[in-house]
Amino acid sequence: MDHFPTNWGRPRNEKHDAYNTYPLHDRPYNGPKDSFAEGVQRTQQPIVTGTSVLAFKYKDGIMMAADNLASYGSLARFKDIQRLHPVGSYTVIGAGGDMSDFQYIQGMLEDLIIEEENTAADGHKLGPAEIHEYLSLVMYQRRSKLNPLWNSLLVGGFKDGQRFLAYVDLLGTTYTSSTIATGYGAYIAQPLLRKAVEGKEDLLTEEQAREIMEQSLRVLFYRDARSLNKFQIATITAAGATISESRTLKTEWAFAEGIRGYGAQVQ
Amino acid sequence: MPGEMAHHPQQRQFNPYSENGGTILAIAGRDFAVIAGDTRQTEGYSIQTRYAPKVFTLTDKAVLAVNGFAADGNMFVKKVKQRLEWYRHAHAKDMPLRAIARLIQTMLYAQRFFPYYVYNILGGIEDDGTGAVYSFDPVGSYEREACRAAGAASSLVQPFLDNQIYFKNQKAAPGSAHPTHLPLSTVIALVTDSFTSATERHIEVGDGLEMYIVLASGSSGQGLEGVKGLRELSTKGEAERVFVIRRDLKKD
Amino acid sequence: MFRNTYDSDNTVFSPQGRLHQVEYALEAVKQGSAAVGLRSKTHSILLALKRSTGELASYQQKMFRIDDHIGIAIAGLTSDARVLSNFMRQQAMGERMLFNRPMPVNRIVSAIAEKAQVNTQEYGRRPYGVGFLVIGQDQSGPHLYEFSPSGISYEYYAMSIGARSQSAKTYLEKHYESFMDSNLEDLIRHGLHALRETLQQDKELTINNTSIGIVGPAGEHEKGVSAEGSFRILEGEKVDPYLKMMIPKETNEGAGRTAAAADPAPGDEDVQMAE
Repeated sequence: MDHFPTNWGRPRNEKHDAYNTYPLHDRPYNGPKDSFAEGVQRTQQPIVTGTSVLAFKYKDGIMMAADNLASYGSLARFKDIQRLHPVGSYTVIGAGGDMSDFQYIQGMLEDLIIEEENTAADGHKLGPAEIHEYLSLVMYQRRSKLNPLWNSLLVGGFKDGQRFLAYVDLLGTTYTSSTIATGYGAYIAQPLLRKAVEGKEDLLTEEQAREIMEQSLRVLFYRDARSLNKFQIATITAAGATISESRTLKTEWAFAEGIRGYGAQVQ
Repeated sequence: MPGEMAHHPQQRQFNPYSENGGTILAIAGRDFAVIAGDTRQTEGYSIQTRYAPKVFTLTDKAVLAVNGFAADGNMFVKKVKQRLEWYRHAHAKDMPLRAIARLIQTMLYAQRFFPYYVYNILGGIEDDGTGAVYSFDPVGSYEREACRAAGAASSLVQPFLDNQIYFKNQKAAPGSAHPTHLPLSTVIALVTDSFTSATERHIEVGDGLEMYIVLASGSSGQGLEGVKGLRELSTKGEAERVFVIRRDLKKD
Repeated sequence: MFRNTYDSDNTVFSPQGRLHQVEYALEAVKQGSAAVGLRSKTHSILLALKRSTGELASYQQKMFRIDDHIGIAIAGLTSDARVLSNFMRQQAMGERMLFNRPMPVNRIVSAIAEKAQVNTQEYGRRPYGVGFLVIGQDQSGPHLYEFSPSGISYEYYAMSIGARSQSAKTYLEKHYESFMDSNLEDLIRHGLHALRETLQQDKELTINNTSIGIVGPAGEHEKGVSAEGSFRILEGEKVDPYLKMMIPKETNEGAGRTAAAADPAPGDEDVQMAE
């Protein structure tokens, strides 16, 4: 998983935009390419973006976390944005990538839940597995129209005694795993999560899970320039889904003074 | 070279494809077929998951392995399965293997100008009771073969199979000939070795191995006894029997 | 045949507030050979009587598989049934494509009922000439529904449709309280007894004219049933063990006999207006 949503869905190429100021400068030519292209504009790049989402299985269900930042290129533009969203009675989704596309997805799922739970009202409610299947179909169809929803999404849930955690992105690529991290988190947090969680999914208490999650978020905040130390944590268990209020992590920067060997300073 | 950039505007178009690593492989015997794949799914240098199946049972005697762009692969398998379900509705029986092979070619070629970025290998039992392997390219070109490897480590595995199955660059002992069909136990050993070796040498291969074995009606299944991680999937007492062997591969 | 003033199209009510075209469609269902459905805590089953046009002809198809977990038995126009069952298959496969789950049984029944209702209201259409018994299992267990051309659908413990289905209904009403805790074999035996009531005087149930449809775990006489208990249709030799289980009619408490005697319809052409 690439750190920068701007690079998702693109051929791998380290050459351009090494400093990731994109999309603030060097916008691609989006004007008409031929006489028919005029008037039709598809998402070519994300604009306001969210960074990593982390989630993993623990004893009681799924824990998922995302910070409250929506960036505009390298600018920390919105600092109180929600990237975790409940869907139906058993599911929470978390999103990285383009926030307007994510809000569109929220609306779409809202309509789906109204149709499935309120109109039908026959007790056959959608669980996380069904919602993930539906989402991945939508994402895949949009990529196939070359008009993607520029997100990487996590779907976590708990229904009928079963935990569920899966991923889907703008290409329609899906997978399930006991720990998943999107964006920069795939590099920084995922190894930490795998070490802390794999093989212990049925043992970790909520308290331990929270400890692991906060530690991962802290490391991410230290290393990911597009992250914020203000975040929310969701738990989805047999008792249902809860998304916490935003919390701010205590961080320590004094040690940075002593670091030598890279960056601007020489000695 | 900023000056040059102006002349050659950067292509920043959305790329609808990705590569998700992994390798698949199938070998046909006289009255069986073995279809296998690893379970790692990658993107770039990251392991997305250690368990994403690439091998799927289509009918009681047909197994499909799909490798390449995972999203395309999963969608393709889903669509093939639905076509086979319609065939069942219409004809009250499973589609024969050679017909599934032709169906897959038509479905792939229908997407000729926006292809499914997947390499398919279909294995199973033909109506005449022989083991068969069909291999496809992403746009539907296909042929029946005795064995085929595809995916990230295909360039490592295929030469090995050429040597061990087709006996390429081997001379038979004077007065004898190479066997035309290998026994099941040999094939299982070859598949296992192929994947442990590919895991050693290719970073996108590893984590787990799923090996499906389809036995023709009346086949003894000799060579399966005492195999570790073996499970029978056929429960309905069909003529053909399907087994799966699940093994761990190195996770590093 | 009856002929009414207000029956030339389905968009006009009769002064009595009836839609005659719709009622004629219900007659088409009654013309078809009977189908019986029963439900227990673990199983839903269908039994149907197949007709043949003569010694030289094959028997009609009375049951259709919709999906692994849903099947139907029909009474009425087979060609209409094919159109509707095709629609049901599409719905079921759409649900699998969209949500990767088996379609809830009540929803697939509502879907065809909704479709049938349109044909009772729009000008230039005709109602479907076929009724269904739909069985299936989903998260909430096994189910049995009736669907009729009027666009109505109900869930039942036991139900019968088609020619002389009233006789079968009488049998079912007498015994239904024991169905819920029955095992599969007893349930099928009850079903066959009910189906037998719909036969003409000189006819009996044979392996050729009887179809049995089942969802639920495998029974004593069954082999090769999937673990989920997918829908399967038993015909020919597979029906034999169940026919052998039937209690001969003479020794049968006599309840069925009186019901059959009470049925005034002498032939297949019994046509009655709905009450």
